Amino acid sequence: MTQTIYALASASGKAGIAVVRVSGPQALSSLEALSSLRAVVRRKAHYFTLTDPVSRETIDQAIVLFFESPKSYTGEDVAEYHIHGSKAVLDSLLKALSRQPNHRLAMPGEFTRRAFENGRMDLTEAEAVADLIDAQTQLQMSQAMNQMGGALRRLYEGWATALKKILAHMEADLEFPDEDDLQGAHKTQQTALQNVLDQMTEHLSDERRGERLRQGIQIAVLGAPNAGKSSLVNALARREVAIVSDLAGTTRDIIEVHLDLGGYPVTLLDTAGLRELSVSLDSHGRIEKEGINRALYRAEQADILLLLYDGTQAEPDPYTLSLTDERAIVVASKADQPQNLMYDAPILRVSSHTDEGMSNLLAAITLRCAAMITNLEQPALSRARHRDALQQAVVAMKRSVDAALPELAAEDIRLAVRHIGQITGRIDVEDVLDVVFRDFCIGK
Amino acid sequence: MDQTYDVIVIGGGHAGCEAAAASARMGAQTALLTHRLDTIGIMSCNPAIGGLGKGHLVREIDALDGVMGRVIDRAGIQFRMLNASKGPAVRGPRAQADRKLYRLAMQEILQNYKNLSLVEGAAEDLLLDADGSVCGVILGDGTTIKARAVVITTGTFLRGLIHRGLEKTPAGRVGEKPAIGLAKTLDRLHFPLGRLKTGTPARLDGRTINWAILEEQKADDPQIPFSYMTDKIRVPQISCHMTYTTAETHKIIADNLHQSAMYSAQISGTGPRYCPSIEDKVVRFADKERHQIFLEPEGLDDPSVYPNGISTSMPIDVQAAYIRSIPGLEKAEVFEWGYAIEYDYVDPRDLKSTLETKRIAGLFLAGQINGTTGYEEAAAQGLMAGINAALQAGSVSRETAQIFTLDRAEAYIGVLIDDLITRGAPEPYRMFTSRAEYRLRLRADNADQRLTNRGLEIGCVGLERNSFWQNKAQRLGRGRALVQSSVATPSMLEKQGIHIKMDGARRSVFDLLAMPNVTWDKLQMIWPELEEIDNDIREQIEIDALYAGYMERHDADIEAFRKDEGLILPRDLDYKAVGSLSNEVRTKLEAVQPETLGAASRIPGVTPAAVIALLRHVKRKDQKAPKSDAA
Repeated sequence: MTQTIYALASASGKAGIAVVRVSGPQALSSLEALSSLRAVVRRKAHYFTLTDPVSRETIDQAIVLFFESPKSYTGEDVAEYHIHGSKAVLDSLLKALSRQPNHRLAMPGEFTRRAFENGRMDLTEAEAVADLIDAQTQLQMSQAMNQMGGALRRLYEGWATALKKILAHMEADLEFPDEDDLQGAHKTQQTALQNVLDQMTEHLSDERRGERLRQGIQIAVLGAPNAGKSSLVNALARREVAIVSDLAGTTRDIIEVHLDLGGYPVTLLDTAGLRELSVSLDSHGRIEKEGINRALYRAEQADILLLLYDGTQAEPDPYTLSLTDERAIVVASKADQPQNLMYDAPILRVSSHTDEGMSNLLAAITLRCAAMITNLEQPALSRARHRDALQQAVVAMKRSVDAALPELAAEDIRLAVRHIGQITGRIDVEDVLDVVFRDFCIGK
Repeated sequence: MDQTYDVIVIGGGHAGCEAAAASARMGAQTALLTHRLDTIGIMSCNPAIGGLGKGHLVREIDALDGVMGRVIDRAGIQFRMLNASKGPAVRGPRAQADRKLYRLAMQEILQNYKNLSLVEGAAEDLLLDADGSVCGVILGDGTTIKARAVVITTGTFLRGLIHRGLEKTPAGRVGEKPAIGLAKTLDRLHFPLGRLKTGTPARLDGRTINWAILEEQKADDPQIPFSYMTDKIRVPQISCHMTYTTAETHKIIADNLHQSAMYSAQISGTGPRYCPSIEDKVVRFADKERHQIFLEPEGLDDPSVYPNGISTSMPIDVQAAYIRSIPGLEKAEVFEWGYAIEYDYVDPRDLKSTLETKRIAGLFLAGQINGTTGYEEAAAQGLMAGINAALQAGSVSRETAQIFTLDRAEAYIGVLIDDLITRGAPEPYRMFTSRAEYRLRLRADNADQRLTNRGLEIGCVGLERNSFWQNKAQRLGRGRALVQSSVATPSMLEKQGIHIKMDGARRSVFDLLAMPNVTWDKLQMIWPELEEIDNDIREQIEIDALYAGYMERHDADIEAFRKDEGLILPRDLDYKAVGSLSNEVRTKLEAVQPETLGAASRIPGVTPAAVIALLRHVKRKDQKAPKSDAA
């Protein structure tokens, strides 16, 4: 039967409201499951609390419109969820929908496609929509992969390669029963399969851990010891979250502060002060060094770097200077004291004590977030897509492990390969055969 | 004197035989034209039929009343069901053939085939009428034969060139002249030609092989026939034997690589990866200590033995030296030395799904000429080309001719032809079960259930098979109804010793069969009426139950697949007029000219965005088109 599809339908980007569209024969049943609505009225706005039917957690207060087939965008039953435009809320709703029977995330252009097929599309309108889809699908894969970061990308591609090989060995065993090279070739792959399965399972459970707001924009505050990082974080947070003292190196671990800055969910990372440590380290020093390493690691992952210099010093701290890149917002501290810093680029001067310059800094961060969130919202969607694909791959792989017959084991790996191919790019039968003929000498 | 037929089939190989027979079954007056009648049905390479994917194809040909299955059943001397220990979806029937019995059985069947004439002669050129459609064939002696459709199945004969070391001989097969005239014709008509190669090993004199020291591989007992119509195999069964190459063999080959036609750059054609020559094996898998060789007898009263696994393009003296280095073959004499053969093929992306060429109306191509290898792949194409040629010849006009195609969800034949016309044949194409998306559905055991009714609708299935199939279909229907209607609750089953979840749900015999540890015999004790179900039907039901859970998942897939297949792209589609296609994608689409949206999406490199753009373009054309033709 036709599957019910869902996706963010409003333009990506930070907005007051986001619209998630659900289309298909089970759009009504999932709406009933997520709401507590007894009677859904067509084309009337319903206001209610959205609840995840599995975890019973509240998702959001939402307004939902229901359009009955054929009078809808796609010509099918359509529910449109108007929710608050936060990434966390959006992710929760998409996750809840993914667990509904026969629901899956829409492929690029699929709503439009269904609209076409059901004769619901005005042609001039269609031109515009299809061009948009065109741009999205071309970019989507590479964009999503790029934004995933190098480590994650290598991980996914590694799984795809491993699965391809596992499948190739299984297929070889099925295709060439007379080849002595291949007797029981698939058995050698059982460990490999279990490994990939374990890794993927762990990866998926990892993603669910952590608070929702952790997924906000990460801002690492970096600077030399005593540049005033913790004071700045406190000022931004307007509460005492980090230990502030004059003893250099007080903050050894990363302190995370989750904030709503100008309407954007951000995480401020207060890090250990950066400085070169002498070669022989006492225990205090070793702990501090570890703190610095962590600071550098987080700085690598962060979306924005607040590079903080002590405004009373003449020379900018060289260590901090070395971290400058396009993510940086450069700040001089202690604006309430005489300023000596020589810095030959735009710099924001702030005082955590008097709040001098603080509104300028807030405006600069907000501006940067606004520019960035447009890019971040898209990965939120593709991350949901990735999670969906990985979960389905895992389900198939588990079935494969338990399968009673080799062709059934292979069938599920084929399915898993298809799912993972949605993240890393399609894996064609020729790719699998390439591995077969590379790994085995076949030719009876 | 001019003769006239509905359909002419050029070539008497596996594609040609099947094409001619199918066309004749369809009621078309058909001529099978070959340069020598006694070569009809000859097996020029390995004398075996079937295997994984290939055996599936033979069953499908048989389900459409083709001849290959019945011929091998009369000629098979070692029947084996491959993968018998695995599930039914990946079991493939295979049989070693007696070359002579095969050829004679094929010739006997075709000589007595209604509507079919066997004509000896060499096709030199095609006859085209004023509008460029094919209307006949010109023979070497200048005579012409007229027809409304022509099927070319010339295999490796198009500019065939045999290589042994540095020695080159133009030939279609050893001792037979290549087809130069037709190759020139295809050139003249601007068909996109490519070059492929394949190889064959030396043929050994079995009387000089030391069988006693070799590992034996026996035939199955009992043998399972290929054809649904064959009740029992009556040909005596023999064994094959196995031996292995040695370090000495590898050394001889490595030392003489420069003399190999392939490794001395004599050959430009691409060879198949799945059928490497022994040179290839030694070079590419240098760490392997030995390579397996199957010694396959070529006939019951024929001493010739086919050493499967050592095809070669080495010169004769090197072949002689390495053969002697193989255990059991120390004193082996050789009847015919191995060789590699290069030949022209037509890029199959130039074909429609009916195997008619896009360039010349009424002209069909089938078999190795389309870049495939294997008798079975050739025969499957021959069957489809023969049916479609007959449909076209019998129609009032070419434009209104009915067509017969199978899709990827119903047959390996559909997978084969779709792959060829959308992907081309960058290497000689061989069927693998991996190529079928719906492998669990496309089984060798159910080809008749999938296809015989399709054949009946189009008219390629004869009376005898029809009544045989109707009987089986009825028994299947009754059996399936019985297993669906016999139901019990968990507590009823508990009393009979079958433990399942006590959820109160009634389960049918069919549901129960899908569960592990529930056997037919156990269920028959509860429902004695199950005994009325014949063994062959029972087996089918058990297989259905085994895969039932997977079938449901396939159904959703197939629905989506068929939706795209249902969207026909116009023949004259101007891809330049389709908005937002990249140059790269446009070039690919233009090269293939896919017939459906689904085929477009399977062309490597065509993106989902491009598919949507195509959909949009075509829907718009539909809406703008005048509705006047809706009569």
